[in-house]
Amino acid sequence: MVLKAGGEARDRALIRAIQNGLPLTRRPYARIGLELGMSEAEVIERIRRLQAAGAIKRFGVVVNHRALGFRANGMVVWDIPDDRVDAAARRLADMDCVTLCYRRPRRPPRWNYNLFTMVHGRDERTVRERIERMAREADLEDVPREVLFSRRCFKQRGARYA
Amino acid sequence: MAGAAERTPTRTEAPLSETDRRLLDAYQRAFPLTPRPFAVIAEELGLTEAQVIERFRRLQARGYVSRIGPVFSPGRVGVSTLAALAVPADRLEAVAALVSSYPEVNHNYQRDHAFNLWFVVTAPEAARLDAVLREIEARVGLPVLDLPMERDYHIDLGFALWC
Repeated sequence: MVLKAGGEARDRALIRAIQNGLPLTRRPYARIGLELGMSEAEVIERIRRLQAAGAIKRFGVVVNHRALGFRANGMVVWDIPDDRVDAAARRLADMDCVTLCYRRPRRPPRWNYNLFTMVHGRDERTVRERIERMAREADLEDVPREVLFSRRCFKQRGARYA
Repeated sequence: MAGAAERTPTRTEAPLSETDRRLLDAYQRAFPLTPRPFAVIAEELGLTEAQVIERFRRLQARGYVSRIGPVFSPGRVGVSTLAALAVPADRLEAVAALVSSYPEVNHNYQRDHAFNLWFVVTAPEAARLDAVLREIEARVGLPVLDLPMERDYHIDLGFALWC
């Protein structure tokens, strides 16, 4: 199930209603349902189904890393040969403090990296050490990489999907 | 909140209590999908439902919790891409504000690289996504690096608070 624009209208309405978070009230699903003309049970069931189908990766508390003191966030970009990238990515994805691991297209000559991992920590030194360990453990020490630390956050909020 | 610095706690704020840490840690996934989720959590932590709601409200007001809700799989709901611009230093703030002004832009960060502005664009459909990228390109007069996700390898179990 892929929920594109032509997807199920009630799912899209529900996604729109919950994408910025549940109301902090005793019966949040009932409150959402009230807005949408759905029963509490239907809201819960649709969220459950979206999760089972993989459209929702997880459902729960989304913390703000920065506010919690994890100020350093390094986006590591790797240029991994195509025949090695899947295996390496699977190893990197499970490592400590990696919160994202995506393959993306190269755009030569301006951009030659094909794998992105996001690594968090309390400070840049911790993050750099962690990245060196990751490279060792995934046999990627021979692979070109760069670390792009975030400097300023101009905007961050949940995406609007619908 | 385009252009605004994000809310970060000051040093004078009290450190997190053990109960708050559990609320932040234990319910990042498997948040109860039952009519009274906060009552379920209250039961598990030995609190009242009202106390749990009040604590989550406070954690959200202090900026520790962004929201309680879904994290969507990229590419499964709507379409999105990671985009980057190489912006001359003296134009960075203005260009960043322009990029942030689009409701389709949900993340927008300065990073230390020749490509110094990185943002995520999400839209219900591909046509709108492309239109936003083309419009940004035209308005700032710089080529946008468009890097849509091809494959996601990470299983999202939430954020480990000990990182």
